[in-house]
Amino acid sequence: MQLRSTFPEPRSGIRDPEPARLPLDPGPPAASGEVAKFIRGLLIAILLLGLSITPGAAAEKLKAVASFSILADLVKEVGGNHVDVTAIVGPDGDAHVFQPSPQDAKAVADANIVVINGLGLEGWMARLIQSSGTKAPVVVASKGVRPLQGEGEDKGKADPHAWQSIANAKIYVGNIRDGLISADPADKADYEANAKAYLGKLDQLEAQVKAAIASIPPKNRKIITTHDAFGYFGRAYGMAFIAPQGVSTETEPSAKDVAKIIRQIKAQRVPAVFLENISDDRLMQQIARESGAKVGDKLYSDALSKPGAGADTYIAMMQNNIAAFTKALRE
Amino acid sequence: MRAERGVMLDALYGTLIAPFAEFDFMRRALIGSIALSLGAGPVGVFMMLRRMSLFGDAMAHAILPGAAIGFLVSGLSLGAMTLGGLAAGILVVLLAGLVTRNTALKEDASLAAFYLISLAAGVTIVSLKGSNIDLLHVLFGSILALDDLALILLAGITTCTLLTLAVIYRPLILECVDPAYLQSVSRAGGPTHLVFLILVVLILVGGFSALGTLLAVGILMLPAATSRFWARELDGMIVAATLTAILSSVIGLIVSYHSGLPTGPVIILSTGCLYALSLLFGPQGGLVSRLVPHVHLEA
Repeated sequence: MQLRSTFPEPRSGIRDPEPARLPLDPGPPAASGEVAKFIRGLLIAILLLGLSITPGAAAEKLKAVASFSILADLVKEVGGNHVDVTAIVGPDGDAHVFQPSPQDAKAVADANIVVINGLGLEGWMARLIQSSGTKAPVVVASKGVRPLQGEGEDKGKADPHAWQSIANAKIYVGNIRDGLISADPADKADYEANAKAYLGKLDQLEAQVKAAIASIPPKNRKIITTHDAFGYFGRAYGMAFIAPQGVSTETEPSAKDVAKIIRQIKAQRVPAVFLENISDDRLMQQIARESGAKVGDKLYSDALSKPGAGADTYIAMMQNNIAAFTKALRE
Repeated sequence: MRAERGVMLDALYGTLIAPFAEFDFMRRALIGSIALSLGAGPVGVFMMLRRMSLFGDAMAHAILPGAAIGFLVSGLSLGAMTLGGLAAGILVVLLAGLVTRNTALKEDASLAAFYLISLAAGVTIVSLKGSNIDLLHVLFGSILALDDLALILLAGITTCTLLTLAVIYRPLILECVDPAYLQSVSRAGGPTHLVFLILVVLILVGGFSALGTLLAVGILMLPAATSRFWARELDGMIVAATLTAILSSVIGLIVSYHSGLPTGPVIILSTGCLYALSLLFGPQGGLVSRLVPHVHLEA
C-alpha cells in the first residue's frame, strides 16, 4: 500500500523521487530514508504554512476571552464574525468559585482582548490575567453600572450580578463595543452596526419582560430563590427576591435562617420558590415541602445553559426566567 | 410562685421543644443525627482503638473518582454519585488492606498512598467533563436538608452497621487488642478486618451524602475520643460515645436554631465542648482525676 501525499508540496524544493511509504509498510530497507525525507518535507511544509499565516493577523479574527458564559455571549453578539470568543467559565459553571487551569492561562495569554464583569464577581481573573502575562487590554463590562449593595452578610460589598437588569446589559454592550473598536479599529463600522442591532433586540426583550411582569398580580410578585443573583432584576422590574443564603453560594446555612425563611414564606404568602442551575437543591426542596410554596422551573442567573438547553444565549436566558416566573406566579 | 414556674416551663418549652414542634426540618435533622449517632458511636470507638482516627478525612477525598464517574454516567444524580463514591471508597480500603496484610507497609502509609492516587484520579476525571462544578460540594449534603431518601439511607446504614457489628463483635475485639493471638486460633482476622473497613466506608459515605464531611467525620471520631475518659471497658465506651453523639446533636441543633450559627459546625463544636469537659473532669484519666490522688478506687 502506498501513500500519495495529499499535503501541498513543500516549497523548500525537497521533493521525494518516489511516493513515500507509511512507516509500517514492509517496504525495501532503503524506504526508511524515504520516510525520513517525507516527514522532513511535511514538517517544513507545516512550518511554512504557519509562517504564512501569522504575519497576516489583520485578516485574522480577533481573539477575545470572556470570564464567563454570559459575557461571552454578549461579546459574540457585538463581535459578529470578526471575533473568536472563549469563555473561561463555561455553561452551567459557577464563576464565584473557580480554579483556572493552565489552558485558561494560555487562552488569556493568547488573547487580543479580555472581557471581565468586574464588581468583584471573578476575583480569580485578576490573578489569571497577571500570571498569564497577557498584553491584551482588559474591558470591564460593568463600567458605568450603578452597583447595588449586597444584602445580609455581604452588606457593603457590591452585588456583581448586574446583567440581570437589561438596562445594565445595554451598558455592558456599549463597553464591549468600545473595547472591540479600540482593539480592532479597522472593523469599527461592523462593531457599531452589530451593537446597534443587538441593542434593538435588548429593547424588545425589555418590553417583553415588563409586559410579563405586568401580567402577574402585584401581590404575587415575590419569589424565594437559592442565591440572590436577582437583586438588579428585582429593582428594575419590581419583584421581590428572598434568598435563604447570602449573596454567595459558599456560606453554610443555620437552622435559624431556614426557620426564618419558612416562617416568612408562610407569613407573606410567597407563592413560589425557585431552584438554580448551580447549587445543591436539597435545602430548597425541604423549604418548599415545609412551607407549601410551589417549586418553580429552573432559573438561570450566573451561567448560560449548555447549547440547546433553552437558555444558551443572554436573551434566551432572560426569556426562560421570565417564562418561569409568570408560570409560577400568575394564578 | 406557681406563675413563675409556668413562665419558666414556657421558656424551657420555647427553647428546647418548640423548634422541633414547629419545624419539620428540625425533626428530620434530629432523627437523622440520632440515626447516624447510633451507628457512629460503636464504629468510632473501634476506629479509635485501631488508630484510624484520621481515616475519615482521607476517605472524604478518596471517594471523589467514584462520585465523578457516577456524575459522568448519569449527571447530577445523588444516587449514582453516592453509589460511585461507595464503590471507590471500598476499592481503596480493600486495596490498602491487601497491601497492609501482605507487605511491609503499615496501614496508614498504604491507605495514604491509595487515597492520594484516588483523589488525583478523581480530579482528573472531573476535569474531563470540562465543567467546573464542585462535585463534592453537590454530593455532600446538609443536615438541614434531609429528605426521605437521606433519612432512609442513614437509618439503613445504621441498621446494617449494628447488625454486622453484632456478628463480628468478638473477633473484632480480638483483632483490635491482640491480632497475633486471633491469627493463632482462627482465620477470622482478615475477613473481620475487611468487613469492618467496609462498614466504616459505608457509614462515612452515607454520612457525607446526607450530612456533609465535617459532621460525618466529627460525629464518628469526637464522641469516641470523649468516651475514653468515661469508661474503661469497651461496652461502656460504646454507650458513652453514642450518648455523647446524640447529646451534642441535640445541643448543636438547638444552639444553631437560636443563635443563627451554621448547624453542622455548631454540632461538632458542642461535641468539642463535651470532649474538653471530659478531658478535664472525666473519671478515667481526666486531668483533674489524675491530679487528685486516688483514695477509694484501689482495693
